[in-house]
Amino acid sequence: MRNLIDIMDLSVAEIDRLITLADDIMRTPDKYRAACQGKILATLFFEPSTRTRLSFESAMLGLGGSCLGFAEANASSAVKGESVADTAAVVSGYADLMVMRHPKEGSPLVAAAAATIPVINAGDGGHYHPTQTLTDLMTIHYEKGRFDNLTVGLCGDLKFGRTVHSLIAALSRYSGVRFVLISPEELKLPSFVKQQYIKDRRRAYTQSTTLEPVIGELDILYMTRVQKERFFNEEDYLRLKDSYILTTDKMKLAKSDTIVMHPLPRVNEIDTAVDADPRACYFRQARYGRFIRMALIMKLLEVSL
Amino acid sequence: MKIDAIKNGIVIDHITAGKAMQLYTMLGLDDLECTVAVIKNVPSQKMGKKDIIKIDSAIDINLEVLGYISPHVTVNFIKDSLRVDKRHIDLPTSLTNVIRCKNPRCISTTEWQIKHVFTLRDREREEYRCIYCDTAAPPKPKYYEKL
Repeated sequence: MRNLIDIMDLSVAEIDRLITLADDIMRTPDKYRAACQGKILATLFFEPSTRTRLSFESAMLGLGGSCLGFAEANASSAVKGESVADTAAVVSGYADLMVMRHPKEGSPLVAAAAATIPVINAGDGGHYHPTQTLTDLMTIHYEKGRFDNLTVGLCGDLKFGRTVHSLIAALSRYSGVRFVLISPEELKLPSFVKQQYIKDRRRAYTQSTTLEPVIGELDILYMTRVQKERFFNEEDYLRLKDSYILTTDKMKLAKSDTIVMHPLPRVNEIDTAVDADPRACYFRQARYGRFIRMALIMKLLEVSL
Repeated sequence: MKIDAIKNGIVIDHITAGKAMQLYTMLGLDDLECTVAVIKNVPSQKMGKKDIIKIDSAIDINLEVLGYISPHVTVNFIKDSLRVDKRHIDLPTSLTNVIRCKNPRCISTTEWQIKHVFTLRDREREEYRCIYCDTAAPPKPKYYEKL
């Protein structure tokens, strides 16, 4: 039995195979309509989510399977004080596969140890979000056609932005990737992420506190939201939330083939006027997420056609 | 200086000179009823000077703690005045319930039943991180703190 807790649980070859399968599902969805018939996906969302939960449910329904679960902690036995391990053990009896989002870091790892069915981490606090990374990789595959020799700018909250950490980890395995880290001092990339995935792997990187001087170098601009729920102190959140706002004026400084990605939801960090720019691919990115999740579900359920 | 040989017990050898009292406290040896000898600054061919601890009882010593606090020591197990086992202790690859995660966002600091597990991520820097949240281990405790 396999789980997906961290994107690094998957090898580069496994990611390639998932993208190939997702691509086939996207092109010929009818072929897969009954691939997971009779299988049940449990979605355990202890923290609010729209995209991730709905895309998992949509993915399972698209494969002919069924879904059950809850969308907030208040609707679960967690309010009665049930442990993550106990919840995972119980749900193992009701479903074939489990997707978990939890505000506490490491919860899906605890769940995986107690569960008898595969567990997918759908976000644990500010830690990991591997299926968003799979979505990001599929987007890069479609929009850029390669993973190597790319200059990737990551902008916004690089400290608590779990999607950023996982994406850096995943891309650091490809040659010629260069990172441009754009954030205010308070939200800089944690030093251990930089050490483990950039310095130890001898990847080139630069850091900037402003977007304008570096946007022209980028093949990919990955925007992130400054997340209110990661702050203990509201004053800090209010001070930093408007740090970087992408506008059509700033997009004029970018290359003609730069793509703009965002894990969504967006608050105000990308002006809606940018949406009409063909280089803005965040809504296409959200769509790709459904197909890569379908491929992942098939892989973890060991289903093949 | 003469210190009697022990009949049944443990000899912790090759402790960095000056560190024996720190280990004594951290391993909880001050709670033992048996004879414990802490020998400081013993001449050593390999180390110049070293410390030694002799415990005159076959206690169950926590080798994870020992390796974490003082890597590269040697532990000799004595039975009927003979050495029956000798172990070279290195930095342990993982620590279970030796140190505690301090990250308030970590599941291990919320649910008391969860074991606090840290793994060695960088041997050169002696860097341990929590397996749940990747937070770095707190600095090694001072000599007067018990684990």
